[in-house]
Amino acid sequence: MQTFEHVIKDEMGLHARPAGLLVKEAKKYKSTITVSNGVKSANATKLIMIMGMGVKSGETITITIEGEDEDTAFEELKAFFETNV
Amino acid sequence: MERFEGKSILKKLAVGKIYYMEKNNGEVTADPIDDPQAEVARFEQAKEQAIATLQQLYEKTCEQVGEDEAMIFEVHQMLMEDEDYVDAITEMITGEKVCAQYAVHTTGETFAQMFEQMDDAYMQARSADMRDISQRLVRILCGEDCGLDDTTEPVILVAEDLLPSETVQLDRDKLLGFVTRLGSANSHTAILARTMNVPALIGVEIDASWNGKTAIIDGYEGCFVVDPDETTLSAANERLLVQEEEAKLLAEQKGQPTVTKSGRQIHLYANIGNVEDVNSVLEQDAEGIGLFRSEFIYLGTNDFPSEEEQFEVYRTVLERMGEKRVIIRTLDIGADKQVDYFGLDHEENPAMGLRAIRICLTRPEIFRTQLRALYRASAYGRLGIMFPMIISVDELRKIKEIIKEVTDELAREQIAVGEVELGIMIETPAAVMMSRELAKEVDFFSIGTNDLTQYTLAIDRQNDKLDAFYDAHHPAVLRMIQMTIENGHAGGAWVGICGELGADPTLTKTFVEMGIDELSVAASAVLPIRRIIRGL
Repeated sequence: MQTFEHVIKDEMGLHARPAGLLVKEAKKYKSTITVSNGVKSANATKLIMIMGMGVKSGETITITIEGEDEDTAFEELKAFFETNV
Repeated sequence: MERFEGKSILKKLAVGKIYYMEKNNGEVTADPIDDPQAEVARFEQAKEQAIATLQQLYEKTCEQVGEDEAMIFEVHQMLMEDEDYVDAITEMITGEKVCAQYAVHTTGETFAQMFEQMDDAYMQARSADMRDISQRLVRILCGEDCGLDDTTEPVILVAEDLLPSETVQLDRDKLLGFVTRLGSANSHTAILARTMNVPALIGVEIDASWNGKTAIIDGYEGCFVVDPDETTLSAANERLLVQEEEAKLLAEQKGQPTVTKSGRQIHLYANIGNVEDVNSVLEQDAEGIGLFRSEFIYLGTNDFPSEEEQFEVYRTVLERMGEKRVIIRTLDIGADKQVDYFGLDHEENPAMGLRAIRICLTRPEIFRTQLRALYRASAYGRLGIMFPMIISVDELRKIKEIIKEVTDELAREQIAVGEVELGIMIETPAAVMMSRELAKEVDFFSIGTNDLTQYTLAIDRQNDKLDAFYDAHHPAVLRMIQMTIENGHAGGAWVGICGELGADPTLTKTFVEMGIDELSVAASAVLPIRRIIRGL
């Protein structure tokens, strides 16, 4: 299992666009990727659940990756969050 | 070939395919089904079809507008493929043995409500996306076509009637003209047609079977020809060419000053109803915006727009207009423009009810939000703020007190504001009678001839049966305008007209002689009126 934290920089929070990009990204991997903000958590391939978390700008989220390609996913997702969210 | 009579709104011609807009009553019934497997397959098929359409829309928008704008169609595709959404629909079909459209509609509504309950305005607005994708699926499942969004060529829109909330959502590049059964010469359909500079006919007995047929709107003759024969069609196409020639002649007025032969300058501005309209204002070379109806910000949403949302809208318009004057009219909800979340009581006589400034003074928190957004935006251009439905000096004093509180507050927060001109709409006979006193309190008057005519003549502008009694040039109204101009000038206020009458070419000379300082007209009327003024 791999895990990292990320602070949302986008001033609109985790809105439709970055959430959509995240879903697209998460679907590339075999691992199960979970996003959590301490209150709610959701599978990163589920757009409505991700959006439903209502993650706001400045909030810290924890990304957990579990599965056979978790190491690759960890590196690439970290980079993904840095550039997009 | 069939020919129908209607009341013409704009003397123009349009030729194109008919798009018949169904009134969607939103009712989907839970019809029982025998074969859930087949029904699930039908849903899957509809989903594939919808996703393919969304993909086309995505690509087209990417190409023509940009990737940022196109993203929404990709998000819609992803929402439609969302596992939870799909599972909930599939389970409902198999579990309850109901038809796919009912399962989609119900599930879409559940998810939409989930978004609506979130404490974030942006996420609340996403409920519209859930309803949008569900409606797209329901339409496919019910065998209906998918709305104007999916047509690629411009069309003639045919509908029972158009509501303000519907018209604000229309993609204006795709509209050649309108034909409706209901509505009057002063209805929203009419105003929209004038703003967009497209012909429109009202009072036509429309027929759903017209969808997809070729038709001609003849705004000169007030007739609508469905399925024209060869001769009629080619004659219409020739006239279209002449119309384009005329448009070229008008284009020569661009860049010219709006000055009479004797050297009097008239400020020729345009009216707008949303941010997109700024395009046509600039294209038609208007010298400013004389009326920005701020209502659209309040229409088509489920909750009050935030200060931030409003600020962005006002700032965008001010920035785009640069040095040119932009007059924004504060909230004018009520009467024929109703918004559910305001929670206004049903009124027997809404035109004379709780509307416009009366709402703002009754519920100052709504007003303060708008004023804060306006004053913050004032730093980005040349702003004028105008208040609707004023009947007394006392109202104006109350407004000024609230403005003082708002500007003091902004000063404490060290937020920059610009110079702001304050004005009022003169649209009640009371305001005309009090114009001498009112002029001392403001920088300008803008005469709203639509309401002023309605209140002066006691004729309901939404009632098309009264069109026969309605005289747009009634001497009572013209005298009121004269009086307003004289009293305005005596009190040191400049005076303009922002109602439909301002664009009436047969009155331009009269208004100039009366001493009008400004005319604010539909963007399409800017160049024709400039040509008239330059000839006076």
